Amino acid sequence: MAKAQPKTDPLSDGPDWTFELLESYHQHIARVARHYGLETYPNQIEVITAEQMMDAYSSIGMPLGYHHWSYGKKFIQTEQNYKRGYMGLAYEIVINSDPCIAYLMEENTITMQALVMAHASYGHNSFFKNNYLFKTWTDASSIIDYLLFAKGYVSRCEEKYGIAEVEEVLDSCHALMNYGVDRYKRPQKISLEEEQKRQEEREAYLQSQVNDLWRTIPTKPVTEVERNKRFPSEPQENILYFIEKNAPLLKPWQRELVRIVRKISQYFYPQKQTQVMNEGWATFWHYTILQHLYDEGVVSERFMMEFLHTHTNVVSQPAYNSPHYSGINPYALGFAIFTDLRRICETPTTEDREWFPDIAGSDWLETLHFAMQNFKDESFISQYLSPKVIRDFHLFAIVDDSKDPSLEVAAIHNQQGYQKIRQMLSAQYNLSLLEPNIQVYNVDVRGDRSLTLRYVPQRGIPLEPQSTKEVMKHLHRLWGFQVSLEQQQEDGVVSELCRCPEAS
Amino acid sequence: MVHFIDRRLNGKNKSAVNRQRFLRRYKQQIKKAVSDAISKRSVTDIDSGESITIPSKDITEPMLHHGKGGRREIVHPGNDQFSQGDRIKRPDGGGGQGSGKGDASADGEGEDDFVFSISKDEYLDLLFEDLELPNLKKNQLDKLVQYKQVRAGYRAEGVPSNIDIVRSLRGSLARRIAMSADKRRELAELEAQQQALEQAPVPDQHQLKLLAEQIAELKQRIAAVPYIDSFDLRYRNYQKRPEPTSKAVMFCLMDVSGSMDQATKDMAKRFYILLYLFLTRSYKNVEVVYIRHHTQAKEVDEQEFFYSQETGGTIVSSALKLMHEIISQRYNPEEWNIYGAQASDGDNWTDDSPLCQQIMRSQLLPLVRYYAYIEITTRAHQSLWQQYETLLPQFENFAIQHIREQADIYPVFRELFKKQAA
Repeated sequence: MAKAQPKTDPLSDGPDWTFELLESYHQHIARVARHYGLETYPNQIEVITAEQMMDAYSSIGMPLGYHHWSYGKKFIQTEQNYKRGYMGLAYEIVINSDPCIAYLMEENTITMQALVMAHASYGHNSFFKNNYLFKTWTDASSIIDYLLFAKGYVSRCEEKYGIAEVEEVLDSCHALMNYGVDRYKRPQKISLEEEQKRQEEREAYLQSQVNDLWRTIPTKPVTEVERNKRFPSEPQENILYFIEKNAPLLKPWQRELVRIVRKISQYFYPQKQTQVMNEGWATFWHYTILQHLYDEGVVSERFMMEFLHTHTNVVSQPAYNSPHYSGINPYALGFAIFTDLRRICETPTTEDREWFPDIAGSDWLETLHFAMQNFKDESFISQYLSPKVIRDFHLFAIVDDSKDPSLEVAAIHNQQGYQKIRQMLSAQYNLSLLEPNIQVYNVDVRGDRSLTLRYVPQRGIPLEPQSTKEVMKHLHRLWGFQVSLEQQQEDGVVSELCRCPEAS
Repeated sequence: MVHFIDRRLNGKNKSAVNRQRFLRRYKQQIKKAVSDAISKRSVTDIDSGESITIPSKDITEPMLHHGKGGRREIVHPGNDQFSQGDRIKRPDGGGGQGSGKGDASADGEGEDDFVFSISKDEYLDLLFEDLELPNLKKNQLDKLVQYKQVRAGYRAEGVPSNIDIVRSLRGSLARRIAMSADKRRELAELEAQQQALEQAPVPDQHQLKLLAEQIAELKQRIAAVPYIDSFDLRYRNYQKRPEPTSKAVMFCLMDVSGSMDQATKDMAKRFYILLYLFLTRSYKNVEVVYIRHHTQAKEVDEQEFFYSQETGGTIVSSALKLMHEIISQRYNPEEWNIYGAQASDGDNWTDDSPLCQQIMRSQLLPLVRYYAYIEITTRAHQSLWQQYETLLPQFENFAIQHIREQADIYPVFRELFKKQAA
């Protein structure tokens, strides 16, 4: 239907843009996106300057964040790097909200703006709306409200209790931010007003609960079984949640700050788990949509040249021995997998039929949508990384064992290696392997109220001692009593790594 | 379905608060960096900010992450030489064996220093924090001698160039209304009568004629009220108001005799720069007079002051005399805030030192706001220092300080200008 209307005049290819021109590009992009079945939140596209982009960038893309020095540090770093030309600014920042906010930078040409609109407003946007992780763990419609609430709450606390006091709590929470994530429970959807009301109720209720836990009035004599019963009865992975609910000395407003940091951490958690997919999906769609527009004659050849130039930069993957190498480029890998997935559906080879019997020759659009909706990086790679992509990337796997004086090449891109590489690359995106497995193990409820965390190393990888010690100090500040960290070796031997305050 | 929003005019300094928080938090480190930087700074470079370096280990945010060791499996792209089972020598450093993103950056960044820029104002704020000009408050108000013309309402006489047109015309309008009001009322009454007469079935011609005459006369009288009168004119009024003067002059006195080598002069120069920067924060315009001396004193320009080499003995009093002469010729102490800074290695003709003390006591110190003498030497103090010391108890606006090496300059400067406890 779209192809039926012949376009003789392509849209102006700038390089300057106007709002009218943006509008007409957007119309075409939206039309093609609908044609491919991309389902999105409504779009809100904001034009900003480079300075504003730096602001947005340093507040990790949150359109409004509470004040904290670490964002200032990030801003100074960003500004410095930008000024010295170490880095260009991000082309786009997109916020997982409803409506989905995408930023266009004033300095960009119309080609870049079109690319960003296709990439962010349709690629990322549809991913946010349809991927199961985002659907389960984030609530696009309430995030802006929540951030607003958080910002207001933090500044009210600053007025009431002083900037330094608030900063201390936030510092400590930030140190444990990665351990503020609920992996299993689904957060409820509530609005700003409700959030405020509940916050007050929660304050009162929580305090009463904590008091009960720490009740000092002796009841009946404690039996040996009860004495040995651990609290919590199961190890807790969400350390911040545990602190919010159980730390004995925190004041209600401090608990609320812990909660705010935890909530924001939770909001970003899916993004951490779907980097390759998310960027790959968005890149695949800006490429496909703009190609489609070119085929229709809507955009000019000059436009395509500039677009392809940028696109090629985005998906370039330097080799392991290149000075530019800094790990696998998620844009490149994601784009390659999605593109190959389409190829497998449209023109499958014998190899594809062997590796992907279900999808070889199926409807590509349906397959891609299914892949986008139901996976995260780890499972996506182990499901869809094809031998062809492994070959194209010349992937090879290295085993680095500190007990071994040399490194070993475990697998390369050949018949025997595909499966192994696929499995190892998938593990490389497994967050539970990347982040040390540390859980709240025990609280000495009846004794000195000390808190014990337990680290279970995987593959014998130790914790970095220096910063662990620092984090323990922060934990101590929140908990208020002694905290200690144990390590449980694979053979079950438990040893203490550190404690704070250190034993005298 | 889509909203385009132009946010370009929104504030761009969203991060300003966070940046301030950062500066506040690391003030100690930044201050240290600033005072370290001052000794390296070029003298003419007073308009730029400063690049601040603080060790990044001080500002890292701790996170729980993996350390080195253990067994890791990493997939890399771009295989060009390896086959399965190859063994490779472990590369040095963290680069090749990185273990996922979190670790690599945490390991790698720790070494670099965190470098960033602060603006000139921020730099000077940090540099001169807690410092103040001594005695400024006490003296300032009794020497109010600079006048400034300020507007002070309106007046009825003045020169034509000061006529305020709006005010004058408003006066004219008011006067015209006032002078013609009763006539207009009368006119309106007569016109009403005239109209009534004309509408009567048999108009009284005589009466009408009479009325017409009266109306004409009234109209003439109304027209005769002058449009503008000298009485209406209003002039803008100006008054002279005394103002604390914002002019300052700084006298730099330096010994350039043979005993002062370039290193000593450089130290003196740094001190002068600090003083200059500090004065520019309090005064709008600061003039600098350079006086160098050996046995004779001479007023010179900056270049010559700092870089020309002279030889010969030292008579400090010559410079003090010249300074006094210049003050009386060009810088009326009632208009100017006068500061003096003298740098020397302490050498002086022994006979001259009492004379210096005399000149300071009777001529210079009563005129200047503040006079600082710094002695740059590693030797014991000589007669000049001892003579100057006798002045200290009597004059609050006089200070002497001793500098041994470059690193002393900033602390000494701070000592000179530190805020007096109230």
